[in-house]
Amino acid sequence: MRKVAIYGKGGIGKSTTTQNTVAGLSEQGKKVMVVGCDPKADSTRLLLGGLAQKTVLDTLREEGEDVDLDDVCKPGFRGTLCVESGGPEPGVGCAGRGIITSVNLLEQLGAYQEDKNLDYVFYDVLGDVVCGGFAMPIREGKATEIYIVVSGEMMAMYAANNICKGIVKFAEAGGVRLGGLICNSRKVDNEAEMIGALADELGTQMIHFVPRDNDVQRAEINRKTVIEWKPEAPQADQYRHLARSIDENDMFVIPKPLKVDRLETLLLDYGLAA
Amino acid sequence: MLLRHTPTEVSERRSLTINPAKTCQPIGAMYAALGIRDCLPHSHGSQGCCSYHRSTLTRHYKEPVMASTSSFTEGASVFGGQSNLLQSLETIFSVYKPRVVAVHTTCLSETIGDDIPQIIAKAKEEGKIPDGAFVIHANTPSYVGSHVTGFSTMVKSMVDYFAEPKAPTRAVVADAGAPRLNIIPGWVEPADMREIKRIATAMGIQALVFPDTSGITDAPFSGRAEMFPAGGVSVEALATMGDARATVALGPTASAAAASALELKCDVPHETMELPIGLSATDRFVDALRRRGGVQVPAALEEERGQLLDVMSDMHQYLYQKRVALFGDPDQLVALTEFLMDLDMDPVYIVTGTPTKKFEDRIRHALKDRADRAKFKQGATADMFLLHQWIKNESVDLLIGNTYGKYIARDEDVPFLRLGFPVLDRIGHVYFPTVGYRGALRLLEKMLDLFLDRQDRDAPEESFELVM
Repeated sequence: MRKVAIYGKGGIGKSTTTQNTVAGLSEQGKKVMVVGCDPKADSTRLLLGGLAQKTVLDTLREEGEDVDLDDVCKPGFRGTLCVESGGPEPGVGCAGRGIITSVNLLEQLGAYQEDKNLDYVFYDVLGDVVCGGFAMPIREGKATEIYIVVSGEMMAMYAANNICKGIVKFAEAGGVRLGGLICNSRKVDNEAEMIGALADELGTQMIHFVPRDNDVQRAEINRKTVIEWKPEAPQADQYRHLARSIDENDMFVIPKPLKVDRLETLLLDYGLAA
Repeated sequence: MLLRHTPTEVSERRSLTINPAKTCQPIGAMYAALGIRDCLPHSHGSQGCCSYHRSTLTRHYKEPVMASTSSFTEGASVFGGQSNLLQSLETIFSVYKPRVVAVHTTCLSETIGDDIPQIIAKAKEEGKIPDGAFVIHANTPSYVGSHVTGFSTMVKSMVDYFAEPKAPTRAVVADAGAPRLNIIPGWVEPADMREIKRIATAMGIQALVFPDTSGITDAPFSGRAEMFPAGGVSVEALATMGDARATVALGPTASAAAASALELKCDVPHETMELPIGLSATDRFVDALRRRGGVQVPAALEEERGQLLDVMSDMHQYLYQKRVALFGDPDQLVALTEFLMDLDMDPVYIVTGTPTKKFEDRIRHALKDRADRAKFKQGATADMFLLHQWIKNESVDLLIGNTYGKYIARDEDVPFLRLGFPVLDRIGHVYFPTVGYRGALRLLEKMLDLFLDRQDRDAPEESFELVM
C-alpha cells in the first residue's frame, strides 16, 4: 500500500486535484482511500457526490471513543473509501490536535489493515504545515510520499518551499520523501518552465502540469470529478495522466529547500523573461 | 547521599533545568482564589492538573483544598473547552453553591486558545450563573512565569472583576471612622495575613486585605466538613476597594500588577514595597501605613520592635557572618536577604526559578556592599542543582527554602530552615507568621535554634556550654 500526502498553499486546488487523481487511479483498478485532513471536511465532496459525510471527530465527540469504522468511512466513486477528519468551528479549539486525534483513531480502528486490500491512501491536508498537527500525516512513517500542489504564483511557490522545510524535518526520522510538484496552472507567464526550474532546485520533478480548464469548475458544480462527470473531456485525460505518473513514479527525494532570495531570483528570471 | 550525582564543577547550562525552584502558575491562582469568601477555584483543563495543584496545596496546609475542573478529554482539546466549562458552571452552582467561581486556565486550554471571557458571557446569557454569583478568570499557562505569576494574575483579576469606581458618598461614610487602606499582602501564609490585619488594626486603620486566606487554609477543626470555611474576603468588601485612600502592595512580583490595575481603574494611589519580613522592611511597611492613613504608630508596636532589636543585639555573636544559601520566590528572597543583612549575616547564594529580570537589581540593592561577593540568579537555570553545586564548592552555615531543600541539607550536613512554598513535612508555617516584628522574632528564634543546636551537637566535651 502506498501512502500519499498532498500539501500546498490554501486555495491552490489540493482537494480538487486529489479527488480527480484518485478517480483516475480507481478507474485504473486501484483501491484507494482518501482521508481529508481539513476541519472544513470538504476533501471528499466530489467522490461522494456531496457533503454527506459524518466526520471522525464529530463521531468521536458524539459517541465517545467507541467509534465504528463504518460510521466514518463511506464508499464513493468506483469504490473509493472516503474519510473526513473534520474539526472545530473556526476560531475555537485546535484543528491541529484534531488531525492527530483523527489519524491515530483511524489507525486504531484498523482503517489501513491488510484485509482492506488498499493500494493507496491519500491524505489531503489543509494548507501549509502550520503546526505539529498538520504534520501528523507525514510523521512516524504514516504517509511515505508527498506531492505538493503549486502554481507559478509567488505565494504558492513560497508555500511549496516552506512545506519542503517541513518534509526535511520528518524525512530523516520518519522516512517520508517528496514525490514531486503538481503544477495546477493559474496561467501565469512561463509557468511550466518556472515550476520545472523550482522542482530542479528542490531536487525533485514537476510530475505533471495540469492546465486550467473550466470543466473542473463545471464538474464541481455537479459535485463530481471531471472523470465522472465528463469522462471524454480533455481535462479528464490530464488527471488520468497525472494518476498514471504517480502510479509509475520512482523518484522520491529529500528536498533541498531554497533560500528566500533564491526563490525571488527564480521568479524574476522567469517572470520577466515573458 | 541522595544527590551524590551532583558534580562539584559548575558548567554552563542553557537548556536544562534540574530540580527547578518554582512550580506551576495555576497553584498560585488557586491559592489566591481561596482568599475570597465562598469561592471555588476552577481549573480549566485536564483533571491531572487540578489534582496536582490541589494536592500540593493540601499537603502544604494539611487542609482539604476544594477545586473543580473542566475535565478535558481528547474531544475538548480538539473542539475547545467551551461546552466543558458551561457544563462545569451549571453543575458547580447547582451542587456546591459557591458565591464566586474563579476560573484559571492550564497549559492545554491556553495552547488551544480558549477565550474564557467569551465563555463566561455565554454562561451568563444562558442563565448558568445565578443572580448575585460571579465567575472571574485568570490566564495561567505554566510555560510562562511561575506559581507567583499565577497568584499575581488572579489577584489582578479580583480588581478587574470586582472593583467599582469610587462612590463619593460611600467613601465619606466608609472613611467616617478609621482611615481606609487596601493592603495586598502578596503570597504569604494565612498567619501572615492575620498578622498584617493585626498590625493595621493596632494602628487604627480599616484595612481591606485581599486575598485573605485566613480562616480558610488554616480553618479550625469544627467536626463538620465545610466546603467553604468561614474566612476570606467577601465580594461586597472587594467591591469597595476603590474607596480606599491608597493601596499598599507587599511584594512587587506578587502584588504590583493588582495595585497598579486598581490605580488605573479607580484612581486609588498605590505604594508597592518589599514584603515586611525582618526589621527594616517592617519599619517601612509600618511607616507607609502611618503616612497613608495619617495615623500614629502605637506604643504596643514600638514595644514589639524593641523586643526584636533586643534579641538581635543579645544574640549577635551567634549570627555574625554566618553564610546563608536561600532559594524560593523573589519577594520572600529579597526581604529575607535584607533581614539577614540587618542581622550581620552573610547571604551568599540566592536562586529563584521565577523568571524576573528585576530580581537581580532588587537583590543587589538588598545586599548593598556585599552584592559583588554573593552569587544570585533567576530564571530557568537558577535551579536547586546549581545551588547545591555552589554549596559543594564552598559550604554554608544555613540553608533557607522550601521542603525540597531537605535533600541538599542532609547531603551537605547543613542546618535547614523551612520557609516558603511548599513546606510539606512540617507544620507551623500555617499558624505562625514570619511578617512583622513578631514574625521577624520567630524567624530569629528558628535560626538561633538551628545554630545553637548545631553548636551543642558538635561541641567537644570540654567546651559543651550550659549557658549560651
